[in-house]
Amino acid sequence: MFDSISDRFGGIFTKLRSKGRLSEDDVDSVLREVRLALLEADVNVAVAKTFLARVKARALGAEVTKSLTPGQQVIKIVHEELVTTLGAAAVPLNRAVAPPQIILITGLQGSGKTTSAAKLAALLKKQQKRPLLVAADLQRPAAIDQLETLGRQIGVPVYSDRKAKPTRLVKAAIKQARTDSHNVVIIDTAGRLQIDKELMDELAAVRKVADPDETLLVVDAMTGQEAVNVAQGFLERTDLTGIVLTKLDGDARGGAAISAREVTGRPIKFVGTGEKISDLEVFHPERMASRILGMGDVLTLIEKAEEAYDQEQAEKTMQKLRDASFTLDDFLDQFQQLRKMGPLNQLISMLPGAGAALGDVQVDEKDLGRVEAIIRSMTPSERTDPKTISGSRKRRIATGSGTRPQDVNKVLKQFSETQKMMRSLSEGKSPIPGLSIPGMRATKPKKKKKR
Amino acid sequence: MNLGTIIPIVVVVALLLVLVVWLVRRPSDAGTLDGVVTPRQPEVSEAGLRERLSKSRRGLAERLTGLFARDHFDQELWDDLQDALIAADVGVRASEQVVEAVRQARPETPQGARGAVQDQLEALFAGKERELTLRRSPSTILVVGVNGTGKTTSIAKLAGMLQGEGKSVVLAAADTFRAAADEQLKTWAQRVGVKIVTGRSGADPASVAFEAYELAKTDGLDVVIVDTAGRLQTKANLMEELTKIARVLRREAGELDEVLLVLDGTTGQNALGQAKAFTDAVGVTGVVLTKLDGTAKGGIAVAVENELDIPVKFIGIGEGVNDLIRFEPKEFVDALLGE
Repeated sequence: MFDSISDRFGGIFTKLRSKGRLSEDDVDSVLREVRLALLEADVNVAVAKTFLARVKARALGAEVTKSLTPGQQVIKIVHEELVTTLGAAAVPLNRAVAPPQIILITGLQGSGKTTSAAKLAALLKKQQKRPLLVAADLQRPAAIDQLETLGRQIGVPVYSDRKAKPTRLVKAAIKQARTDSHNVVIIDTAGRLQIDKELMDELAAVRKVADPDETLLVVDAMTGQEAVNVAQGFLERTDLTGIVLTKLDGDARGGAAISAREVTGRPIKFVGTGEKISDLEVFHPERMASRILGMGDVLTLIEKAEEAYDQEQAEKTMQKLRDASFTLDDFLDQFQQLRKMGPLNQLISMLPGAGAALGDVQVDEKDLGRVEAIIRSMTPSERTDPKTISGSRKRRIATGSGTRPQDVNKVLKQFSETQKMMRSLSEGKSPIPGLSIPGMRATKPKKKKKR
Repeated sequence: MNLGTIIPIVVVVALLLVLVVWLVRRPSDAGTLDGVVTPRQPEVSEAGLRERLSKSRRGLAERLTGLFARDHFDQELWDDLQDALIAADVGVRASEQVVEAVRQARPETPQGARGAVQDQLEALFAGKERELTLRRSPSTILVVGVNGTGKTTSIAKLAGMLQGEGKSVVLAAADTFRAAADEQLKTWAQRVGVKIVTGRSGADPASVAFEAYELAKTDGLDVVIVDTAGRLQTKANLMEELTKIARVLRREAGELDEVLLVLDGTTGQNALGQAKAFTDAVGVTGVVLTKLDGTAKGGIAVAVENELDIPVKFIGIGEGVNDLIRFEPKEFVDALLGE
């Protein structure tokens, strides 16, 4: 339901590019689309308004009229303003005035506090710190067990006391940390609504006792318009110092990031990007800006692709392409990599140019399974040299894969045509307009960069 | 079926991906944790923002009251109405449709428009089955959703509710992924007083669900409620695991009586994608909308019902066992519009 955004931007920006000068109407027409994109990304209505006013002021200023390509200038301004709003550079954790450094983790229920606390502990441990986790969530059943389990996994001790009140528990934990010479204390608190007076009072009290160097608000990237109220509520009672944005491994556009950032003025310090303990990263404003504007698909795709293929595999495949020695086995390899990355239709929709090249295809996942079954029912030698597959072998393969011989025929025929296509590719003729395969004409065997 | 075309498609896609990996330079890390970077001093909001926010915090109710107190219609009124709906997470598309329908109804006064909005929203929720349909014996309820929406808590509340109606319930702790998820459900099971089947951490969730179903059959229990691990709808392998759980249960039970999707009431437009993906994977029959005890309006329910035709069956309004109630469209719309 979001795929139209990139298209919509594409259309508008082309229109602007063709013009020499921008009128106020032009700027307004772009900003209307930007506004929709922001709202669909869950940026708060009021925040979007202020943001657009800023962009408009800049776009109508001298900057644009002096520029040679006004359209591009507007795009740049929107993106720049987004990046500036999100925080231009990564902000490190506040240092402790005197050790231990104390980090208080707060947020709504289910935003990912406990997981983030453990991830942060693991990250700091990797940086040679000695963290202590404190289980101060005494509300949710088994929250302490969850943190203890995670603590065991990452080899970080967890301080808990199922009977004490949070304030006393935190006081005792910090004392313990000093005794055991921990230089970081990470306090996981119970999830609470910002309007729950009793629990917010408790949190304020905990904060007073802990006197943290860093008070982080954990915000779910999927949060809607409510993000401003949550952020403001926690800011008022706990004097936040930073934000952690979680569940960015999903496909939420994450407009909550802008809302929370704009309301609190506090930097987004980390983002949670997966379920593994190591999935906590420093915040990248540019990536977030692209994502919110709906231009992040390519980035996501790159991340997915990088998970599935490593550099070496990519090189190997490129080599096979160059000398046109792609066999059914190689095909099967590729096939499995792709399936790991998600539904094929989704991948196609994310690939710029692929939709056009393939003519709006819809792939039935069941058919994918059939193709795989057919190839798997071939012997290794048949896969290397499909020409040896005779009529009786086809029948055997069809029986083995639960398909019909004519299906096997189709697969074989298409494979041989695909091989032909790749041969022409390796001769430098790209089937996809605008896309050429580098190194194909064997002119530049230049070493590619390493990641 | 067109098996042949799959080969070139897969090859082209694979090629493009390999190219992407091969060519793209990822932006270098913008800074390290302890690295020396210059933090940008946040310029906290211009004067206008605070006021605007407090306006948005006043809630839809007051905004609408102010809106409809005007004495004439103009584009600004319609825009403001749409903004008010968007501010409740109704979403751009659904709010456009509502506003358009209200315009079509040609109310004579702005006050009349308010009634038209109400009618429009109520019409949207009308005529859907919102009761649980538990026909089989034992009945099975599969509970699914992304991480942190409140599945486990909702299950406990649901179990309490069903038990209050005289049904015997067994819970299946099929979230074998999240640390201590089974402990959490166990604690709830004790509080509510229902049976529970757990597996070891990392055990096959489908087998836990299966065991619970078997237990219900032998002990003659009425309802099996299966708790599953939270999963983002974009994770293909985890969604595959979920369809396996559903498949195993369907094989044993014939059909699942209910597949409930738990949506967080504070979630924005992503909830639509969630509803869509979970419906594709396991056939969602109803929605549980949680965390409505805050200031979140849960307007996303409008979009979900409007675009996907899945009924909201329950809402979660607090942390207590009794804080799960049946969804009443009229009350929900009243709360959304503030009355």
